[in-house]
Formats: sequence, structure tokens, C-alpha cells
Amino acid sequence: MTNSDAGAAALPKNPALSDTGPLVDEKLVLWYFLASLAYVFIAMMAGFLFSLQFLQTYPFEGSEFWSPGRWRFVHTQGVAYGFIANAFLGALHWAVPRLTMHRVLSTKLSWFIFFAWQAILLATVAGVLSGQAQALEWGETPVWIDPVAQLGLILVAFNFLTPIFKTKGPMYVTLWYFIAAFIWTPLVYAMGNFLPEYVIGGSAAGAIGGLFIHDLVGLFVTPLGWGLMYYFVPIILKKPIWSHGLSLVGFWGLAFFYPLNGIHHFLYSPIPMFLQYGAVIATIAVELVVTTVIINFFGTIIGRGDTLRTVLPIRWFYVGMIFYFTTCLQCAFQVTLTFQKIIHFTDWVVGHAHLVMFGVFGFWILGILTHLLPRVMKASGWYRPRWNEWHFWLTGIGMLVMFFDLMIAGLIQGFAWRDLAPWEDTITSSVPFWQLRTITGTMIIIGQMLFMANVVLTWKYMRVPYEHPAPTPTPTPQDEGGAAPAVA
Amino acid sequence: MFESKAGVLLVGGLGFFVLAFVVMALIPMTIYYGEPEKTIDDLAQDGILHEFTQLAERFPEQFGKHYGEVNYKSYGEALELGHKLYVGEGCWHCHSQYIRPVSNEDRRWGPRSYAWEYQNVLQRPVLFGTRRVGPDLIREGARKSNDWHIAHFYKPTSVVPVSVMPEYKWFFDEEGYPNKKGMAMITYIQWLGSWRQEYPYWNGEGPTTQEPTPTPDETTVARTNDSVDHESTIDGHGGAG
Ligand code: HEC
Repeated sequence: MTNSDAGAAALPKNPALSDTGPLVDEKLVLWYFLASLAYVFIAMMAGFLFSLQFLQTYPFEGSEFWSPGRWRFVHTQGVAYGFIANAFLGALHWAVPRLTMHRVLSTKLSWFIFFAWQAILLATVAGVLSGQAQALEWGETPVWIDPVAQLGLILVAFNFLTPIFKTKGPMYVTLWYFIAAFIWTPLVYAMGNFLPEYVIGGSAAGAIGGLFIHDLVGLFVTPLGWGLMYYFVPIILKKPIWSHGLSLVGFWGLAFFYPLNGIHHFLYSPIPMFLQYGAVIATIAVELVVTTVIINFFGTIIGRGDTLRTVLPIRWFYVGMIFYFTTCLQCAFQVTLTFQKIIHFTDWVVGHAHLVMFGVFGFWILGILTHLLPRVMKASGWYRPRWNEWHFWLTGIGMLVMFFDLMIAGLIQGFAWRDLAPWEDTITSSVPFWQLRTITGTMIIIGQMLFMANVVLTWKYMRVPYEHPAPTPTPTPQDEGGAAPAVA
Repeated sequence: MFESKAGVLLVGGLGFFVLAFVVMALIPMTIYYGEPEKTIDDLAQDGILHEFTQLAERFPEQFGKHYGEVNYKSYGEALELGHKLYVGEGCWHCHSQYIRPVSNEDRRWGPRSYAWEYQNVLQRPVLFGTRRVGPDLIREGARKSNDWHIAHFYKPTSVVPVSVMPEYKWFFDEEGYPNKKGMAMITYIQWLGSWRQEYPYWNGEGPTTQEPTPTPDETTVARTNDSVDHESTIDGHGGAG
């Protein structure tokens, strides 16, 4: 039983807490979350399928539609734009109006964006499965969809920036991150999807491609993720963020150094070497910045450490943060030219990417879903809180083992390649690691299925009908900590 | 500034993004500015691959149906379609297309990559790649015969039993001859690296300037040799190809 369950269970007694009237469109939040769950399942199944190719057991061998390479696109695109983007949009619709006490620009627009975004996603899946991918990592969306997606991102920015700019006085940390993210995301998308395709070719386009891969994580996912952490953690813990100064350092450090990292994805490539050095140094600087953010959050939880045990969302968040620190620490080393010689092109990088995208942001999202889903479903609590525990442990252990598994596989591959072992031998020696990878992936998928079953059953059995109370005025957010009206 | 809307929006959001864009994108763009980018026609005019002609000789009927005659136009068409398939099937998620000056890669595959090699439309967007499940392909041209590729694309395990590469049965027609896609794919693969004077390259045996491949017990030698001076990656473009 977790705190969030307890909070939700208390719901019928005090329904006003969950019902902020027209300020937050909770139905929209719910729909975004359900879409997110659907896509993460599709993406995970696609990843699982692709992993079978590595075990020579691909079930649809030789079928054009099931071409493993195409399903790999579904895996990455589904995670980035289906799972993460949908969940973030849902959480933004929950958090931004509460933080600003203003509605988004237009509820109609919000719903339009919701359906447009799902249409874009379906078109992307159809496009890559029919072999129309764009040769841009994390941007494989077929070229004809790019302008529409670009427009969607601009609309999202306007929709959320309007309430933020209506507020007066100082802003809470979360809103710094959100403002920056709403500016960065459309810019990054435009830069990555249009420049290398239409304006510039060759190695310079490689530099831009690297920048895009990196900025998508760093300037879209990361600021929204941290912004949401700065929002949810103090609310659930019922205490303010530890140090305002560190929040400042963290935000501005990220804003300055993160965009400068891009070229580190193509070290030792024909891109000029002095730029590669620059990217390496900026990457190491990011690691220092990240440390301050982590210290800030661990300072915040001091005194409430018991919540790691008792409050499942907090556990998701903090384990995600530990993984965040791990990836960033790993990054500070792997970005050096010494490490690059061995680990580049190997499974090490695959492990790193999984830990960042799923171990960190995926975990935060799952924590937010665990926290909010019963509320937006107007349920009195989770149908089976225990299943959520299983969800956590299966996912957590699966992720951790997958990470170490791929890291070791990467080292073995890297050294074998350098030592000029025949390519076949490097495949044979990777197979046990690929087997373990499939097993850990299966664990994660089973956990996810449990969670989805729990959502369905909660919807079916746990929803409490109640009278809508007269809208109660919600307190204005003062500063961090007291930020938002919701109570855990 | 640090907590105001304008500060976050203009300095953090816009300003730092633009700064990074100038440093990390505009500088490489200006460095290669004016470097001509070869079109498909240019590439075709560079000379029709022997392997393309060979496809026409081996499968005259099918070739005639799909491509007509061997000429610059049909050759360019095959290259273009091959590239499209390479992108669409996600080959570039399992194969890289650049050789680094470290980790003995020049011994395994041939000379390291130079910036000028990527100044053509078939590298738009550039296909560097970030993962090698299979080997690098930028020096793949003529390393293997057309027949090898036909067998390999149809069923990779028939030539490399441990291979984890997918089967591409839809590159072939009902009778098992390579179809339009298959011929395009093979042409594209055989073209990779053909722009260099001295090719093909194969493990240590090609006309490279390196010592021959060390036998396994010489790997210690390989170890000490792998620290090629990475400074030399700074490319005089069009330079020492
Ligand atoms: C799942 C990853 C994967 C995908 C996708 C993939 N390959 Fe491969 N490829 C491999 C592996 C592993 C090998 C090495 C074993 C072998 O030769 O089959 C290989 C070998 C090759 C070789 C032989 C290289 C040599 O000189 O030995 C060529 C050529 C090739 N692949 C081309 C392609 C093309 C073209 C595509 C896309 C249509 C593609 N591959 C898709 C994994 C992959």
C-alpha cells in the first residue's frame, strides 16, 4: 500500500482535492496517459521482436512487413514520440494550469493537438513500416510527416506558454524548465529534421545529426522530466526543494552546456577534431551540473527517506534519479577519446541509451502514472497496489541487469574488434549477452502488462461516483514546495 | 534575469541554443561550405561499376525488365533505389559507414574515412551510423562478389552460419532471381568505397599501406599499434585521399 493509494482512498471524503473544476481537463490527462501506455507497450514489443533477431529466432523471418530493421524504428520512435511525449503532454496538462492558476490557451486546441499527435504517430508507424524512414537517428519519421509534427510542437508551445506568461511575479523552478523546453523542442526538431535533409549534406550534416540525437534527449526530454520532478517530488513529500541556489545552478548549467554536446556522438569521425574536443569538454561539464541537481534532490528527501519504501511514486522517481546520475557519470567517462576507441559502435552504447530513456525518464513517467492515474480515473485507489510493486521490481531489476549485461557485452565486442578477431567470433561471444538482454526485456514487459491490467481493473472496479462539489478556489502557488494545490 | 520569464526564454532558451548551433553546426557547415556535393548524375558519370554490368550479363532478362540497358541513367537509378532501401530497411542501424583512425579499423576495413567522401547526395542525411552489429560497409565495394551478396541477402546464414542479419527475401522474385530492389541493393553495396583509387580492401590483404593482418598471437603488436595519432583526423577536405 502506498501513500498515493492512501491519498486516493481518502478521495471520496474530500473530493474537492482531486477536482480542480475546469482548470485542469482531467479527461485529457487520462487520455494522454492511456495513449502513452499503449505506445510503450507497442514499442516494447517491437524491441522484444528485434532482440529475437539477434538470437536467430526471429519469428517472421523473410517477411517484408516484419523486416526487423523497420520494427526497430517503431521501437525508438514509439518510445520517444509515443510513450514519452504523450505522458509528458498529459503531465503538463496536469501541472501547468496548477502552477500558473490559468487554463491552457484553449481546451479545444488541446484536444485538437491530442488527436493530431496520435494521427502523426500512427502515420509514423505506417510510414516506417512501409520502408519510408528518414535516415536520421531518433528522427526516422518519414519526411512528409515532419512539417506536420513541427506544426504540432509549435502549437503545444503556444498552448502552454500562454498560461505561463499570464502569471505575475517570480516563477517556480518547474516553469523555467518548461519555458526553455517549449522553445527548444520546436527548434531542435526543425534543425534536425530539415537541415540535413534539405540544406546541408556530408560531414557537416553529421554534426547536425549528432546535435539532434543529443538535443532531443537533452532539450526536450530532460528539461520536461526535471521540471516534472521539481513539481511532483515536493508535493508528494510535502516539503520544499532543499536549495534554491542549486536549482538555479542546475537549470542554467544545463541550459548552457547541454546544447554544446552534440558532436560527441561521432568522435573520430571526419568532423573536424577541434569541434570533437569541444563537445567532449562540454559533456564532462554537464556531468558536474547534473551532480548539483542530484544533490539538491537528495537534500530534499533527507528526513523523509521512509517514503522510498512506502510511497511507490517516490521510489520510481528516486531510482530514476540514481540511474540518471549513473548514466551521466558513465557519460563523463565514455565520452573521452580513450573510452571511445573501444566502446563506440558496441552494445555499451545501447545499454547507455536504455538506461537514459527508460531507466530515467521512463521511470519518472511510470512514477507519475502510478501517482496520477487513480486520480484522473476518479478511482478510490489502485485495484491491486501489490501489482504495482511487482511492476516496479520487475522493471527495476530488468533494467539494471540489462544495463550491466549490455555494458559488459560492449566491452567484449570493443576489445575483440580492436584485436582483429574475425567478425563471426565477435557475434558468437555476444550471443549469451543478447540472450540475457531478451530475458530482461521480457521481465520489463511482464511488469508493464501487470500495470496495464491493473489500470483496466482499476477503471472497472475502483471508480467512485460522487457529486461534483461547487468549485472551491485553489490556493495560489507561493513558491517551491507550496507549489501546487494537489495533495498527495 | 535568472528567474524572469524573459531571461529564461531569451537567454536560456533562445540564446544558448543559438550559441550551440553556431559552434556545433554552423562552424562545420562553413568549413565544408562550397565543397561541391555530387549529384546522382555526377556519381554515375564517375564510371559504371563492373558489378552493375555483371548483373546485366548474369540476369539479362530480369535486368532488361527492371533497368533496360546498362547506361548512366539506369546505373544512377539503381544507386538511388539501393540507397533508399538501405535507409528504409534500417541497415544503417546495424552497419556503420565510417572508419576511424583507431582500434585497428584501418587494418580490418581499409583507410580511414575522409570528409570529402561524404560530399554526395547518397550521404544526405549522412549515414555514419552509431552501431555495428555487422561490419562497417564504407569500404565494402568489390570485397565480395555479386553472387555472395545474392546468397547473403537471401539467407545470410547460408554463407555465414552465425550471422544475425535478417533475410531479405523480398529482394528476389518468385524464381529466386534478384528483382529490381535486389539489383539496386547490390549495386549500392558494391559502389561503397569504389570512389577510392585503390580498392577493394579486405582484411589486411587489400592494397593498404598497413602491415598485413597479425595472426592471433601477434595481437599484442596490434595493441601497441592502435594509438594512431588522432590529430590527423582534422581533415584537409579533399586532402590525402
Ligand atoms: C540485425 C542487424 C543487421 C541488419 C538490420 C543488417 N545487417 Fe548486414 N550484417 C549483420 C551482421 C551481424 C553481419 C555479419 C555476418 C554476416 O556476414 O552475415 C552482416 C553482414 C553484412 C554484409 C557483409 C559484410 C562483409 O563484408 O562481411 C553486408 C554487405 C551487409 N551486411 C549488408 C546489409 C544490408 C544492405 C542491410 C539492409 C538491407 C543489412 N546488412 C542489414 C547485421 C545486420
